[in-house]
Formats: sequence, C-alpha cells, structure tokens
Amino acid sequence: MDDTLHHNSMQERLNLRINHLRALEAEAIHVMREVAAEFERPALLFSGGKDSIVMVRLAEIAFRPARFPFPLVHVDTGHNFPEVLTFRDELAAKLGERLVVASVQEAIDQGLAAEDPGPEPSRNRAQIPTLLHAIETHGFDALFGGARRDEEKARAKERMLSFRDAFGQWDPRNQRPELWSLYNGKIRTGEHIRAFPLSNWTELDVWQYIALEGIDIPSIYFSHEREIVMRRGLICPISDFFPVREGETSERKTVRFRTVGDMTTTAGVESPARTAEDIVAEVAAARTSERGARLDDKTSEAAMEDRKKEGYF
Amino acid sequence: MTLATTAPAFDRDAYLRMDLLRLLTCGSVDDGKSTLIGRLLYDSKTVFEDQIDAVKQATLRRGGEGADLALLTDGLRAEREQGITIDVAYRYFATPRRKFIIADCPGHVQYTRNMATGASTANLAIVLVDARHGVTEQTRRHAFIASLLRIRHLCLVVNKMDLVDWDEGRFEQIRADFEDYAARLDIHDVAFIPASALQGDNIVQRSTHTDWYGGPTLLHHLEHVHIASDRDLIDPRLPVQWVIRPQTEDDPDYRAYAGQIAAGVFRVGDEVCAMPSGFLSKVKSIRIGEQQLDQAAAPQSVAIELEGDIDIARGDLLCRPNNKPQVGQDLDAMLVWMHDQPMTPGKKYAIKHTTRWGKCMVTDLRYRMDIQTLSRDTESQQLALNDIGRVRLRTTTPLLFDPYRVCRETGSFIIVDEVTQGTVGAGMILGEAD
Ligand SMILES: Nc1nc2c(ncn2[C@@H]2O[C@H](COP(=O)(O)OP(=O)(O)O)[C@@H](O)[C@H]2O)c(=O)[nH]1
Repeated sequence: MDDTLHHNSMQERLNLRINHLRALEAEAIHVMREVAAEFERPALLFSGGKDSIVMVRLAEIAFRPARFPFPLVHVDTGHNFPEVLTFRDELAAKLGERLVVASVQEAIDQGLAAEDPGPEPSRNRAQIPTLLHAIETHGFDALFGGARRDEEKARAKERMLSFRDAFGQWDPRNQRPELWSLYNGKIRTGEHIRAFPLSNWTELDVWQYIALEGIDIPSIYFSHEREIVMRRGLICPISDFFPVREGETSERKTVRFRTVGDMTTTAGVESPARTAEDIVAEVAAARTSERGARLDDKTSEAAMEDRKKEGYF
Repeated sequence: MTLATTAPAFDRDAYLRMDLLRLLTCGSVDDGKSTLIGRLLYDSKTVFEDQIDAVKQATLRRGGEGADLALLTDGLRAEREQGITIDVAYRYFATPRRKFIIADCPGHVQYTRNMATGASTANLAIVLVDARHGVTEQTRRHAFIASLLRIRHLCLVVNKMDLVDWDEGRFEQIRADFEDYAARLDIHDVAFIPASALQGDNIVQRSTHTDWYGGPTLLHHLEHVHIASDRDLIDPRLPVQWVIRPQTEDDPDYRAYAGQIAAGVFRVGDEVCAMPSGFLSKVKSIRIGEQQLDQAAAPQSVAIELEGDIDIARGDLLCRPNNKPQVGQDLDAMLVWMHDQPMTPGKKYAIKHTTRWGKCMVTDLRYRMDIQTLSRDTESQQLALNDIGRVRLRTTTPLLFDPYRVCRETGSFIIVDEVTQGTVGAGMILGEAD
C-alpha cells in the first residue's frame, strides 16, 4: 500500500464517525471471526477475483498477526487467465498461508466431472463436483465465499451463513432466519455452510474499499491491450481454449475485465480505467450491471438459481 | 459493450463521508411496496440499463407497457405464485450522502417472523398505507413489531394519494389515526409523507400536487434522518469473539481479544473489567488490522490487548469496572417464535447470546400477545409460528446482558432446536426475573 493511501486510510479511521465502508468492514470481520470460532474446518474460497481478494484483506484484519485459521481454496478450472494464477501464487506466498488447489482437469480425468459438450464450452458446471470432492477430501465444514446480494436477484435473499445439505445442495425452504448479528453455526454431520461476509457490499463498495485500502488486484482488471474477437456483441478474449472460429477475425483492443471467471466465459469491456480509483468512478457511472458481462449467465435467466441449488459458489 | 467514459472525477472524500442506514419496508399486499422500492432504486439511478431492459421485457410479457417498476424486485412475486416460503430480501442503493440497505419484508403469512428478522438490524422502518384504506390492523401490527424490535425511526408513507385526489384532509386524518395509536407504543420519531409511488410524487422528486405539505420527500428524509446519536457511546461492551495468539518468533507473547464493540467507546489506558471473572486490567492497545488506534467505538471490529496476564476466552465480555452488564440465569423476555413446531414451556433448547452458547428452558409463558388486538392472552399454553409472547427463561450458564431497550447487541438472543439445529426463536431481554 503506498504511503499517501495508507495515510488517508488512517486519518479516516481515527475518526469515531463510522462511514459505510468501515461499517461493512466491521460486519464482515465479525462474520469471519464467528465462523472461524464456530466451525472446525473452515476454508476461504479464493478465485483470484476482487471479491475474494477483499475477503483475504478482511481475514488479515481479523486474524493478524496470527495465521489465518483456515486455508485458501482455489477451484482451478484450467481455463483461468494466466495473470490471475500468477497473482494467486504470489499472494499466497506473500501471506504465508496454505493454498489448496482443486483442479477441474483432474476431476474430469478421474471421472468426477464431465466436460461441457456445448458449442461454447464452459467449465462452470464442472466446478461443482470438483469443489464438492475437495470439501469431502478435506472435511471442510464452512467455506467463505465472496458472493454479494446485489449481484443477482436470486441472491437477494441469501443468508450470511447459507446451509448446504450432505449433497452440497442449497434448499431455499430450509434456510435459517438471521437476526441481529447472532449467527447460528450449528450443523449436523455431513452438512456444511457457505459464509458470505460481503453479502451487504455492492460492486461499488468493493471498488471503493480496494481504492481506500490500496489493495493489489490482478492486472486484467485494468485497461490493457489484447487480442479479442467480437461475438454476439461481446468482447471475448482469445486463448488456447477459446480460439478464433472460422469466419471470425480477431482484433487488438484496449479492454479490461470486470470479473475474473474463465477465459471462455468472461467478456471484456472497453475502458480506459487504469487504477482502482478510475474504476470507482467508472462503476459509479456505469449503465450495465456486472453480471451482464458474463457469458454463462445469459444462457438462462434462471441459471444462477439452478447453479446455487446444485452447490455452485 | 462500452461503459460511460464521462465518469465524474474520483472523489475519495465524498464517499468517505457517506454513512450507512439500514431500513425496513413493510406494507400489506398491494399497498405499493414493490413499486416504492423500484421507484427509489430507479430514481436514485441504482438501476442499470440491462436491468431496466429486462423489466421492460417482463412488463410486455405480462401485457403491460413501459417499465413496471414493481418488477425490479419481483423475486417475491414469483415465489408467491409457486407457494415457496416467503422471505426477507435485501436491496441496496446509495446517494452521495448515504448507502442504504433495504430489508424488504413481504406482508403475508410468515409476516412476524420476516419482519422481526428485517427489523432486528434496521435503523428505520417505512410503513406503507394505502390512502384509500388508511390505518389498518396490518399497519398497527407493523408499528407494534417495529417498536418491539426498537427501531428508532418510523416513516409512515401514505401511498396512492393520486387515488384520493391529493386530499390534505385524508392525509391529516390518517396521520391523526396513526399518532393516536403510536402514542401507546415506544416510538418517538415518526415522519408522515403523502406520496404516489407509481407516479413518483414525493419519493425522490417533490410532488406538484402537495402545496399543503411542507415536509421532505421520502429520499430526502432517508438521507437526513439523524442516526448518529442512536449509537450508544456511553456503556462500553465488547463480547470476546476470538483470541488472537500468534505464538510466533516475532510475536511470542502477543495476545489480543477480538470482537465487534457492541456499545460504547474503549480507549487505550482505560480500566476494564473482564466478565464473568471480574478481573481488572487496562487497555494496552487497540488495533484494527495493522493500524493502532487510541480509541474505538461501536460497531467497530477490533483487537484489544490488555495489561498483565489475565485469562479471557470467547464468550467473555469486556466492560468498565463501574459500568457492567447484568449477570443472570433467570430472565424475562419477549420471544418471537419462528418455527412450525410450537414452543412449549419445559422443553430444552440451545441459546446463543452475544458470543456465548448455552442451554435454556422456558419456565413460564406469561402471556401470548394477540397482535391483532394488542391484547394479552394469559391462557395460552404455547407459542406457535409467528406468535410473540412474554416468557420467563432459565439458562444453564449465566448471561452477561443489558435490557434490550438499552442495548440491542447484549439484549438479544436466538433459540435453536437441539435436534434440527435450526433457529426457532428470537428473544429480547426485558430484565432479570423478579
Ligand atoms: N394509483 C396508484 N397505484 C399504485 C401506487 N403505488 C402502487 N400502485 C399500484 O398498486 C398495485 C400494487 O403495487 P405493488 O407495488 O405491486 O404492491 P405490493 O404488493 O405492496 O408490492 C400495482 O398495480 C401498482 O401499480 C400509487 O402510488 N398510485
């Protein structure tokens, strides 16, 4: 974190007036500590995306100078942006925390997951059995996820602590009421929970917090030049997994990405934003919601609800 | 897809001045709650183009035209049609002054349970009435639950004023009816706003039909209602959540007590008392992450180091020696029941209060509250789903509590079924049983 940022952030903290970001921060840290205290084997789902990076920052505030009471878990689809994988490894090394990688490719090779046969192959579905396998292998009983309620209508009713049965399924009828800041972390054998400390954050809050705290994020979030192809009006990155098809021509464009999903399912936006502060300004003025730029959500309007029931993050 | 490039210049100071207001919206079916929320989101420019497109398409599919703003939040509608459990949904919007979290509580079967959930964290409740129907049973019920959960600010939005020709007399009559009722409840700050959610009058834009009304628009009220002094800065309480002990070469002896300050201010050098042991110590340092602070206040999540070597664990509480919570095992409380299986006195449950778990038993159901009539039913033998009652409770471990009316955080608890592990009840402590 650079010095001026650090100074600003400290000045602002010394004031007893709690602004919205600090209120959200305090709430998220409270949730993380409750989950760490009430569960035997928590883990933090780390995608390399900005939300999971913010969670890592919150974990530092919650638990330092001690080690995190949980490892980071990355579900590696094999289709990730290479920039994000590098970022992930460097961050884990810098933190000195344990990183568990659950590989979708391995799960496919072992017959636990299947490759998507569709014309626009996505490994989103294959992440589900991969993750559930990792949960079973490591005996995780609580997974921190970076999901926010503002992302999607289906998430507006999601709890901070969301219960999954022994098959990893989410039962919308069987979620517990959450009152005050009293979280019920009791589960039965085989059940586990997803904990969403950022539930009450919006995309803008996340970006403001990244700017305020001077948090490092992968370079693909910022404006850069790359080889892309236009499909259905979306800017699609070219990669080995997502090559140019017949009849298409690729071009170089200055773009950035608003989420860091698979290269096969994440569309870019044309944007000159080079810093977190530029992005705050851009998001504040944006007219297209974040998930609008994810190819896999367009497949079906109810896609999110379906995936959630199956144990998707 | 291109993003607007004419973004306003980044203004860090502006968003660092924003605070957070949590609010709850309640109203009977068809009073216009979805339209009102849609209007707030839309007029405050929280809604994105692709979302508006989706709403326009959905409006067309339903045979309407334009954008039916109620559809922006139509998740609940679909559920109602499918008969799925109706639940609190959370929505977000912000203006340059404040960020708002709306707990959108549907007004149906599960009403009490949902509203209590949404109300538990709210600073303010918007109660909607239809100008044609005025104050109804439902309105009184909303106001009662808001006061029970101690929401400090209430805003009665008299909606559909367009359907009563913007009649001032009608508005004044509804105001008088409500004031009459609210006087019997513990609600002090009530605002009244004549509005039309459908046409957008007095929601974000000032109405041209209400010359006779001198008050603010709803959004203006939400942006300016004074909530800073709702925070208790007098009675320091820190329920310990987690003990930070690195035991590394760099920090062999560091030991800090981490938690979210429930109330009050802690300062470095303050004398503190650890409960329940009663050991005295002094605050050596206060940290949030790597930042050392001289003082911290509710609701900050902090790590506090103490002088000397005293043994404190999760579930303990830090306070001042001359300002302690009460300690007790026999409590009187108001209990909201949230499960199909009724609460019967004598059954054992798990109880969570601050960061402490224990077991408890309701020893006496003093009365069940009839929310329709606000009368007390002392004959009742049990509390069914959505019932509210006054109970006497015995816990296996002493609780370190304040009455709920003094402190929400140390005055509330949840009750958990020991077999299903589900949360089945929520309680507000009145005080020690006499
Ligand atoms: N005339 C008029 N109609 C309204 C107003 N607000 C809502 N409505 C209509 O009342 C009906 C119910 O509104 P809705 O927002 O769905 O109610 P909810 O059940 O409380 O969410 C819809 O047909 C709305 O268009 C208003 O201020 N004036």
